[in-house]
Amino acid sequence: MSHTTEITADTVLDDAVDDLPAASRARRLPFSLWHLVLIPLTFVLIAPLVWMLLTSLQTHAEATHFPPVLVPEHPRFQNYADAWAAAPFGHFLLNSLIVTLVVLVSNLVVCSLAGYAFARVQFLGRGALFLTLMATLMVPFQVTMIPVFLIVKWFGDNVWDALGIDHIGALMLPNLATAFGIFFLRQFFQTIPVELEEAARVDGTSRLGVLFKIVLPLSLPAMSTLAALTVLTSWNDFMWPLIVVTSTDQMTIPLGLSYFQGAHNTQWPLLMAANVMSLVPMLVVFLVAQKYFVQSVASTGLKG
Amino acid sequence: MAQVEFCDVTRRYTRELTALRNLDLTVRDGEFLVLVGPSGCGKSTALRLLAGLDTPTSGEIKIDGAPVNHLGPGQRDIAMVFQNYALYPHMSVYQNLAYGLRQRKTPRREIDQRVRDTARLLEIDALLDRKPGQLSGGQRQRVAMGRALVRRPRAFLLDEPLSNLDAKLRTQVRGDLKRLHRELPVTSLYVTHDQVEAMTLGDRLCVMANGEVQQIGTPDDIYSRPANTFVAAFMGSPPMNLVPGLVRGGVLHIGEVRVMEVAAADGAVTVGARPEHLQLRPDSELGVLAARVDFCERLGSHVLVHALVDLAADGEPARLILQAPADADFGAGSRIAVGLNPDRTHLFDVETGTAKRGREQILLPNGSGMPI
Repeated sequence: MSHTTEITADTVLDDAVDDLPAASRARRLPFSLWHLVLIPLTFVLIAPLVWMLLTSLQTHAEATHFPPVLVPEHPRFQNYADAWAAAPFGHFLLNSLIVTLVVLVSNLVVCSLAGYAFARVQFLGRGALFLTLMATLMVPFQVTMIPVFLIVKWFGDNVWDALGIDHIGALMLPNLATAFGIFFLRQFFQTIPVELEEAARVDGTSRLGVLFKIVLPLSLPAMSTLAALTVLTSWNDFMWPLIVVTSTDQMTIPLGLSYFQGAHNTQWPLLMAANVMSLVPMLVVFLVAQKYFVQSVASTGLKG
Repeated sequence: MAQVEFCDVTRRYTRELTALRNLDLTVRDGEFLVLVGPSGCGKSTALRLLAGLDTPTSGEIKIDGAPVNHLGPGQRDIAMVFQNYALYPHMSVYQNLAYGLRQRKTPRREIDQRVRDTARLLEIDALLDRKPGQLSGGQRQRVAMGRALVRRPRAFLLDEPLSNLDAKLRTQVRGDLKRLHRELPVTSLYVTHDQVEAMTLGDRLCVMANGEVQQIGTPDDIYSRPANTFVAAFMGSPPMNLVPGLVRGGVLHIGEVRVMEVAAADGAVTVGARPEHLQLRPDSELGVLAARVDFCERLGSHVLVHALVDLAADGEPARLILQAPADADFGAGSRIAVGLNPDRTHLFDVETGTAKRGREQILLPNGSGMPI
């Protein structure tokens, strides 16, 4: 039955399309012209990932052979077990997870509070303060690296050991809130109709209640975008951990990966196997966040 | 329910911009008072000050005699209906209605009871599970009303609640509002720029312009006895005709015509008359204004005749709109004679625009515009 219905619908559509001018009919190509650009581009982007995956399954000889061997003769899954065993990989993973989780939660809380204040609360010097915040976005990390190092060192020496040099606390402290996150959420909060917040206040909600019960639930798209960006940045951060962490037990995954890179000899298959394992959490984050992106696009049609 | 008072309330944003100037206004217990005026007249500012969403620069706002200046919006026990309804988009209709009660820690069973009662009253009980995005404009408007009603507040504040509805729905909802207020006589302050809404809904109106009150009174007061030229021109559609005149020796002159005897001091005046109080007369009569028809607007029940009167004093002709019976038929350029009704003719000061005590000033109470 359903088959018949489909045919009918198609026939009707075809009949309708036949009446259209030729320009509209051109749109009936099974693909858009953009695809001619996008498909090759996709191959370019996906190639390193595929190569990484293939190398992770090769033997050391295959990986270093010239010309390169693309497909391993006998896929060697043992590389993954070897990589896991060769370095305290579980420990790196745990450190990365802790740092990323703390940085993520703190960013979402602090940036939303600060962003809301900048978006809605009238206070003296708001404009100047916001401008200063924006200005810090323009200073490259290389410039602030050494001062930040000294500040973190001071915190470790004077406030709490766990925040100091060579502790994972030092990896969290400078990243607990970011100027970008504050700016990003402020911009989004400003697009929420102020009447919604006023209605909630008349209904007896406190300022903070308005943020948590009205503004944040309506900001899920922005929050999930910020969350994804924060997780990515924190997870992949290499420079800062390289400077502040030297002990193996405080290392995160990006540092740990350099474990396989000797001065004279690099264990390419093991390095790539470790790389694939470190990528998995990122892929999960992307898949989850993607769901929210789609949801947010769907819900922008709602108007209070 | 409560009495709401504004005592000498001023809201100044910058040195140049004063949104509201020395507002003195009392909304009696259970009264439906309409703030009406053109945009930027300060009516919404007054409402926001009462809601606590804005703070007065000076003056005091009282609810039931107690000053509320220091209280936040949530502590004033008032409910507000916004122009764009401001329904929480992420909550269902039920949650929207229940939100205010939950914030006030009302027991769950009572919330449920009150939400369902209110929904039934407003005939939205079938929509309780929907999100605001799935409702039509009229349904959203009712949910917004419900969110205010369900709280049983001391006062309702309504900020142009009908302006986002189409004309037909607006007439219907206007009727609903009137009925609702009769059933639940809660003190209400209603802001609108629509004079029809104002006239039909308000127990009393407060006409505002440029941050100042122009006149407070019943719809009849405002319409029949406007306090100044602004109120005369703003209320009524089409507005009151205002033409320059001159009182000389106790007789009102328009152009060179001696129109009627008045008890005003000699000098220039502005003469006001509503279109329905202007009469077509035989031009042989004395005291009538000779005019030529510019064009006619046929509205079915009557015809609005736009006519030009030549005033000898300055070359510029004055435009008059008069309401004629539906069967009146004038081509452009036809000559007509227009008579004024002395009972319904208003004199205003040329400088200040204030009324010169209205019709009491006009003699010959039973006269027919008899010339002297």
